[in-house]
Parts: sequence; structure tokens; C-alpha cells
Amino acid sequence: MTKRDDQLTWKDLRIGSIVAEPGSASQYQTGTWRSQRPLFDSSKCIKCGMCYIFCPEGCVEQNTEGYFEANLFYCKGCGICARECWPRAITMVEEEE
Amino acid sequence: MVKKVGIEVSVAVADAAKLANVDVIAAYPITPQTHIVEHLAQIVADGELDAAYIPVESEHSVMSACCGASATGARTFTATAGQGLELMHEVMYVASAMQLPIVMAVANRALSAPLSVWGDHSDAMAVRDTGWIQIFVENGQEAVDNVLCAFRIAEDQRVLLPVMIHLDGFYLSHVIEPVGFPEQSEVDQFIPPYQYPLPLNPDKPVTMGAFAPPFIYSEAKKVQDVNLRASKEVIMECWKEFGNRFKRHYSPVESYRSEGTKVLLLTMGSFGETAMTAIDKMRGEGKKVGLLKLRLWRPFPFAEIRQAVKGAEVLIVLDRSLSYGGPGGPVCSEIRSALYQQEKKPQVISFIGGLGGRDITPAGFEEIITRGIEISQTGSDQEFELFGVRE
Ligand code: SF4
Ligand code: SF4
Repeated sequence: MTKRDDQLTWKDLRIGSIVAEPGSASQYQTGTWRSQRPLFDSSKCIKCGMCYIFCPEGCVEQNTEGYFEANLFYCKGCGICARECWPRAITMVEEEE
Repeated sequence: MVKKVGIEVSVAVADAAKLANVDVIAAYPITPQTHIVEHLAQIVADGELDAAYIPVESEHSVMSACCGASATGARTFTATAGQGLELMHEVMYVASAMQLPIVMAVANRALSAPLSVWGDHSDAMAVRDTGWIQIFVENGQEAVDNVLCAFRIAEDQRVLLPVMIHLDGFYLSHVIEPVGFPEQSEVDQFIPPYQYPLPLNPDKPVTMGAFAPPFIYSEAKKVQDVNLRASKEVIMECWKEFGNRFKRHYSPVESYRSEGTKVLLLTMGSFGETAMTAIDKMRGEGKKVGLLKLRLWRPFPFAEIRQAVKGAEVLIVLDRSLSYGGPGGPVCSEIRSALYQQEKKPQVISFIGGLGGRDITPAGFEEIITRGIEISQTGSDQEFELFGVRE
């Protein structure tokens, strides 16, 4: 079983700290950076996809009903989707709440 | 016996890179290094060397191109000086941390302002902590020999680190010296083919220089330090092998007439030659003085320095750069810290001289030694003395 990244010792690192598994960045949970999360209100959403286009993290996904939502494993809570959503279907709420 | 030829040292350094059969040269001209890359451009244009010559628009791009080339597994060479080295600065950290075995000759030059194209070690000291192996040479032959050694050291699978060969601008780069070159077949045997273990390859993608969050950055830095320190063994092994094959011998700290002397002078680079003349004269007059020449600057040879100063009472260190508002001479301050924990150690006296191409003659070295002995007896309220400065 390979170690988790945060358990690697300096001896475990490859030459030049090279990462040899393609796509391994997908295991990195950027969601822990978040202090606010986007709440999507499907009653206001017109499925225009602007949030999907503007999300710098590429973590806005379309669900089976065609509505958009954030993948919270990656969502950093930047609020860009909420700002760009002109029908105001997205509200940023504090994580603690 | 190898026949020696009279050749400009810059041209000789370029010829050494050619003998090493480099694959990629990325370059931007800057005095006093220009002749090195100019000659290489000629060699490649004339079809004498099958290499990609990448002329770029700045030294920042030079080092970036070198990183890319080296990462594909190409044997990579460049040269620079002074401001050019400074412009490479940030990318140099990338080269060492990504373990890319680039070899770079640096024709040491003072830094502006005021503008100076002449030599000193300010440029070298500014890149002290970039994680490169750094070797200082004293003459043209040493420059050629160590450029060859640099490829073997850098590309050794136990090392895989970039190497800088420091040669004093003008004092070495622009003088014509007798230099002996090994045969191509001998060099081919001495430097095995370069094989980077995880090269850039579309069929087997890797990520180099990836993002490292706080939980892993310290580990990445630790491994870098361990590797650089461990490279000393390979450097020594390489010099030993070079000595066996070519009968010229190198070591991290070299001593000249230092046996049993109580007073030692330490220099780096080409000033060693002039200092030897001064030492000979003083010894002729019955003055017991000797010389140490620090060749290996990184990894710093702690054990060898401690050994070399054993029994000495006064160690006079001449720096060719100035750490403003700090300890003065960077070399001296490192030597002081290397000796600090030793129970028996010489007094370490700091001089700075030869800034921006100011000559120090044999008489000047005599004066430094005499003055150093005087300070060792009287003490001084200064961190260092700037030799030859007009008050
Ligand atoms: S931008 Fe707003 S309205 Fe458009 S798809 Fe996203 S949430 Fe729905
Ligand atoms: S808050 Fe930022 S990261 Fe999260 S879904 Fe919206 S745009 Fe993407």
C-alpha cells in the first residue's frame, strides 16, 4: 500500500521530487481551502452554464436533471460562480453554518 | 604526453564542452563570458559538433531552455557572467531542485552599479544558495579539466545536480594559456553517456517541479541538502579517476607550502597563482607562511578545511566580494562558522580585495599577509579590511 502524500518522508521522494503518476493531482483535495461554499438554488437556475464556464477550478458539474452544482472535494470557495451567475441562483455561505 | 597548445581560456572551455559532446547549448552573450558561447556557436555552425544551439533573448530564458533540454535527457551546457547570472537566478533553483545536471561555466564578474564588466566573485556569491555544485578554478588547464569533470559529476546517477565552474572573468577568460586537451576517445571513456532516469517523454508522462504544499515542501528541501552534501564523495571519486587517467590532481582544498606553517592565506580562483609567487618570496626570506586554495565551494568541504588549518595560528582569508552590512567576506564567514566549534582553531582574519577587477600584485599579497599577522596581534574593531581602498 502506498503512503499518503502527507506521510511521505524525504527518502520516499523521487529524483527531483518528480511525480510519475499522470493525473495524480486529482487526488489533491483543494476543497479544504474553502471558507465559503456556493449554494445552488435550482428554482432560480436557468441552466445557462455560466458557472461551469467561469469556475477556475473546473469543478462545476451538471447533474442528471441538467442543473449545475459544485464538486466540494475541489471547490475552493472563490465565489466566482456566484458573481457570474446573473439570475442570482448561487449564494456563498460561510462554511461554519 | 599530451601536447599543450596556446589558447584563449574561453575558447578552451568551449572546446572542452565540445569534447564532452554536448547535445544542447542555450546561450546569451555577456562580457566576459561571450567568447565561450561565441566559439561554441562557431563549432556548431561549422558542423564540428552535432548539437542544438539555442540563442535566446535573455539569461532567464537561457536557464529555462537549459532546464527543458536537460529534462529530456540531453547533455546541456551554457555559460554566463555577472548580471547574466543574476538574471538566471530564480531558474537556477529550479534546475537544482528538479535535479537537472546542467553544466555552466561562469566567467566571474562584478555586479552593477556602478557598472563594471571586470572580475570579482560578487556574482558567484549571490548564487551561493541555489543548490548547485560549485567549483572554482585557478587557470586555463583547470578550467578545461573541471568542465570535463563537471559533466561526469553532474550526470552521475548518485548526484544528478547542476554544476557551475567558476573561472575569473578576464584574469582567466581572456588570457592565452598553455592548455593540454585529452583525446576524444579518452573523454568518451571518461564521461559515460547521459541517461536521465525519468526524462520528459510523451509516452511516459511525468510532472516536474510540481506544486508542493506545506506538508511536503520540507521533505523536498531536506532531500536536496542531503543530495548536495553526498555529492562530495562522487566529486572526490571523479577527481581521483581524472588524476589516474590524465595525471592532473584536484581536491576540495589545496595546500601550497602550508606544512608546519603557523600563518596561512586562503584564496579562491585565479588569485591563487599570484599568491603563490608572494608565498615563495616570503618563504625565501624565512617567513613561515603557506597558502590554501578553496576549490570546492558547494558542497562546502567542512572536514577538509578543518584538516587543512590544523596547527595554524593565523588564517587570513581573502574574499573577492562584499556582504554589505554583514560579516564582510562570504567565504571568510563560512570558514569562521566551519571552525567555530573546533577546540583548537586559528584566528581568522578577513580581507576583501580585487573588487571589480582591481589587481592584487604579489607585493599586495605580501602586504595582506603582513597586515593580517599584525591584526592577529593587535586585534581590530573592523569586521574586515578592504585591501587597497583609498581612505
Ligand atoms: S450560472 Fe447560475 S443560472 Fe447559470 S447554470 Fe449556473 S447556477 Fe444556473
Ligand atoms: S466557488 Fe469557485 S471553485 Fe467553487 S464552484 Fe464556485 S467558482 Fe468553482
